[in-house]
Amino acid sequence: MSATGATAAEGGDHSHEGTYSGGPWSWITTVDHKRIGVMYGLSAFFFFLVGGIEALLMRLQLGSPENTLIDPDLYNQLFTMHGTTMVFLAIMPLSAAFFNFIVPLQIGARDVAFPRLNAFSFWLFFLGALFMNASFLFGGAPDAGWFGYANLTSTQYSPGMRIDFWVIGLMVLGVSSIAGALNFIVTIINLRAEGMTFMRMPLFTWMTLITSFLLVIAFPAITVGLVLLMFDRMFGTLFFDPLAGGDVLLWQHLFWIFGHPEVYILLLPGLGMVSEIIPVFSRKPLFGYAFVVYSGILIAFLGFGVWAHHMFAVGLGPVANTVFSATTMLIAIPTGVKIFNWIATLWGGSLRMQTPLYFSLGFISMFIIGGLSGVMHASAASDLQQTDTYFIVAHIHYVLFGGVMFALFAGMYYWIPKITGRMLSDRLGKLHFWIMLVSFNVTFFPQHFLGLHGMPRRTFTYESGLGFEAMNLMSTVGSMVLGASMLIFLWNVLRMLRKGEPAGANPWEGSTLEWSTTSPPPHYNFRVLPTVHSRDPLWAEDTGDSMPGDDPSVADPHMPGPSFYPLLSAVGIIVMAAGALTTTFPVVFVGVGVLLFGVYGWAFQPLEH
Amino acid sequence: MSHTEAAAMEVHSATGLSSRKILMWTFIGSECMLFGSLITTYLVYRGKSVVGPYPEDLLNIPFITVTTFVLLMSSLMMVLALAAVQRGDMKWGKVWLFMTAFLGMVFLGGQVFEFTHFVHEGLTLKTNLFGGTFFLLTGTHGAHVAVGVIWLLSLFLLAQRGRLTQANAETVEIAGLYWHFVDVVWIVLFTLIYLLV
Repeated sequence: MSATGATAAEGGDHSHEGTYSGGPWSWITTVDHKRIGVMYGLSAFFFFLVGGIEALLMRLQLGSPENTLIDPDLYNQLFTMHGTTMVFLAIMPLSAAFFNFIVPLQIGARDVAFPRLNAFSFWLFFLGALFMNASFLFGGAPDAGWFGYANLTSTQYSPGMRIDFWVIGLMVLGVSSIAGALNFIVTIINLRAEGMTFMRMPLFTWMTLITSFLLVIAFPAITVGLVLLMFDRMFGTLFFDPLAGGDVLLWQHLFWIFGHPEVYILLLPGLGMVSEIIPVFSRKPLFGYAFVVYSGILIAFLGFGVWAHHMFAVGLGPVANTVFSATTMLIAIPTGVKIFNWIATLWGGSLRMQTPLYFSLGFISMFIIGGLSGVMHASAASDLQQTDTYFIVAHIHYVLFGGVMFALFAGMYYWIPKITGRMLSDRLGKLHFWIMLVSFNVTFFPQHFLGLHGMPRRTFTYESGLGFEAMNLMSTVGSMVLGASMLIFLWNVLRMLRKGEPAGANPWEGSTLEWSTTSPPPHYNFRVLPTVHSRDPLWAEDTGDSMPGDDPSVADPHMPGPSFYPLLSAVGIIVMAAGALTTTFPVVFVGVGVLLFGVYGWAFQPLEH
Repeated sequence: MSHTEAAAMEVHSATGLSSRKILMWTFIGSECMLFGSLITTYLVYRGKSVVGPYPEDLLNIPFITVTTFVLLMSSLMMVLALAAVQRGDMKWGKVWLFMTAFLGMVFLGGQVFEFTHFVHEGLTLKTNLFGGTFFLLTGTHGAHVAVGVIWLLSLFLLAQRGRLTQANAETVEIAGLYWHFVDVVWIVLFTLIYLLV
């Protein structure tokens, strides 16, 4: 490998149109991690807007007391689908979009370890998301909350197909998530570039690895819970029937053993993104790299030991409550370690105040507020006053919106130039940031007080004269502006696609491998696989030796050919789901047949064409 | 760094391990959590049924001991199959692959017999918590065995047509990992459901 490679990498202005060219069929059959990442991103953002509209409808209803805009039944559907959509159809797949697009580039690989499994994960997610939302057209959407507590979900209290859509939809999404996570674990463990030891991996790749382990370990618990619930609803088993000895708390345990690690599944990718962005915009390496990595591992590990803090109010007794209070507070330690490391990275850096850094700083500050209110109800005594009130609503939105979504927007502003080859407007980006930051706080900060004043969650209205009016109105106005701020982002993206400046290979002067190839990267990412000698290979002195570039003497690498079978297999599973939903077993068998055909076709189709 | 002509997509491995094997091991880790949650459900509801039949009325330990032995022997067949394929002895490889699948089917047959018997004795999914947890847990295991049988028979048919050779020993090894895992799960279930009744 010659030193000329480095100069070739800088010639990134000629964008590789071939990366995205081709008709719809080439997208349907694609196994390219970059295209799959783009499809994940577009569909996740679409569902992010859907979930946002659901939230805005609820805020309109709550804008004034005793409002009749939305009836209680629709309100129940809206808060259930808002939570389910944002968690499973927006944030998780938006993270998956970045896993797909960025991780193989960051580790210097040409694709993921199992490209067709990757396509299967995407299609199953996409079809599962459509399946779940189809419930709006068939007798109403799920309405028992995103946590679906038993026995509110029993056929006695929830007749019809609403809960079945939710149960079966979540199982399908679980299969998709586990398949994707398995793929990323193998990819990160086995496809790292030469010289990239684990302790030289970029932080985003590290957090992807940890998140993938969480997914693989946590999802089976909810899957079992869902199977029990499905059997209760379809075959008349008695798992959650107290009269027959069943225990409704078993559902809560199974759900939250999944549900709390799920919080870190949502959060850790964001922590990884911010850990990438802050060093680049401070122009110095991340402070305490090993501490940040190990804190991530510790957060994931402790995340499995705190689930019952969601259940303080059910009466597990003082011993259990004390233990879970203590473990919950412990998580503040590794989280705090990360925050101090980011601040120490910023300290003394030559800061470049551009949009990705704005959103990262917004993330840190909002996440600290959410973390502080989190430690408040980590105390069981305090939680009993706060549970099921708007205080908790405020908390989760500070960690999931103020935290995760700010980090994801930071990631979008940072990596979209790599994905499209064009720059977003920094001016519009900063406008987006300020409006989003202010309106976010106007929306959610008053909810702390509403909660402490006793306003319950998940209730479609409130009486006048309780002192809730002003703050609810403030929250509603804030939420409308928050929704409108998304239009600025969309406008920025459209503007970029029309007349954005070419990004070049490395617009931010980043240090990691994704910035060493063109924007967008060619189909095969790297003509010659790179070798790294440090954590920040592009900042290293010996770039001439370590950077692969685009050595024209090397032939185009062969890549896996397109395949229709991953989509076909996903369709088979959705047909099975539709059959189970309507309890028409012939349809289930058709689905099994399609799945088997898809899997055998997949197994016998050679990887390369 | 390699200076090959990159004529084929390089089979790259940072750890020196096969990606497919890491995939299967990680999948097995996930399956442990699946069976762990199901087993926990069974144990939490043990003794909580308010009407019979109860486990001690129905469970036939000698019969299940025999099918358990059959399943354990299938793991031995699997080991022999892999060893044969690895040394390129496809004749015996085919025999042992078929025998593994066959013993798996015998085990499944035993399970079908047991389930039918229990239903005749009045235990269904709906009867009580024992019925629900027992059928769900052992049924999920049985479904895993069935998938394994289909997989092994597919490998056997491939070998019949000469499309599975010594070069594909890893394919057999991965099927074996799955098969042994399903076998180990049964040992846990046999102990917790039958021996601790």
